[in-house]
Amino acid sequence: MASESEVFEKVRTALTDALGVDDDEVVPTATLVGDLGAESIDFLDIVFRLEKAFNVKIPRGELFPDDILTNAQYVKEGKLTAEGMSELKKRMPFADLSRFEQNPLVKDFGNQLTVQDMCRYVASKLS
Amino acid sequence: MRWIWIDRFVEFESGKRAVALKNVTLAEDHLHDHFPGWPVMPNSLITEGLAQTGGLLIGESFDFEKKVVLARIPKAAYHFAVRPGDQLHYTTEVEYVHEDGSMVRATSRVGDRVQAEMEIVYGHIGAGTSAPELSEQKSFVFTMKLLGIFDVGRGANGARAIEPPGLIRFQEKVA
Repeated sequence: MASESEVFEKVRTALTDALGVDDDEVVPTATLVGDLGAESIDFLDIVFRLEKAFNVKIPRGELFPDDILTNAQYVKEGKLTAEGMSELKKRMPFADLSRFEQNPLVKDFGNQLTVQDMCRYVASKLS
Repeated sequence: MRWIWIDRFVEFESGKRAVALKNVTLAEDHLHDHFPGWPVMPNSLITEGLAQTGGLLIGESFDFEKKVVLARIPKAAYHFAVRPGDQLHYTTEVEYVHEDGSMVRATSRVGDRVQAEMEIVYGHIGAGTSAPELSEQKSFVFTMKLLGIFDVGRGANGARAIEPPGLIRFQEKVA
């Protein structure tokens, strides 16, 4: 199984190639959207590069469960409900959602995912 | 004005690879302004030609039922200036195709010299989303067909090639 640093290096390569950012910008705490400037089309490219680098399959909606955030059952007045939050946590055990949980505005969700979250996700796929 | 930056395909392997030609000539107006006294084919238009070669390759695999739009060029390198009289060979190879996006690896060559290389990411706008946009796409494909761009001489394996199957299906649906 790949070590933590091996996973990080491959994730870093995928992100620098897909987003055209510098190596030193890709740090564990960097958010993909806010810090690295990822747009929605980039996630497709990132997912492809991760699949190739780690030889895994990443089904749509697994890394970014956007179906929860567009489901009226889980969203009230632009915020994720408690039920929605617990569903999201179940689907994203690899992500640190504590900051998002304080004010779970759906429109801010895109900026939650960090490089560290992505590394944990990949590690969970490999184990 | 027609925004077509390839002259024709010379290889078309459905869903995998396509090679198109672009002949650069002093009859093209823009070369006289770029630059006065030193005509050079703009790299931006070479990029457009590569994007059209790859975009039609991807579009064909969906029978042209999706609008394939250039979304991003993660990296690109240009190695030398292209002059009138040069013939550009645009080779594009599919890296991946998903429902909502795709990527090709693209290379431009003059003879055996690699002139430019890049990755091109496309976004796909699905069938039934926007009628005017899709009909614009269809008319573009028709124009390309009328201009003989898809009249591929030989396939990659040397055999006499036929029309790309996606183009045939597209024509049957529209007819």
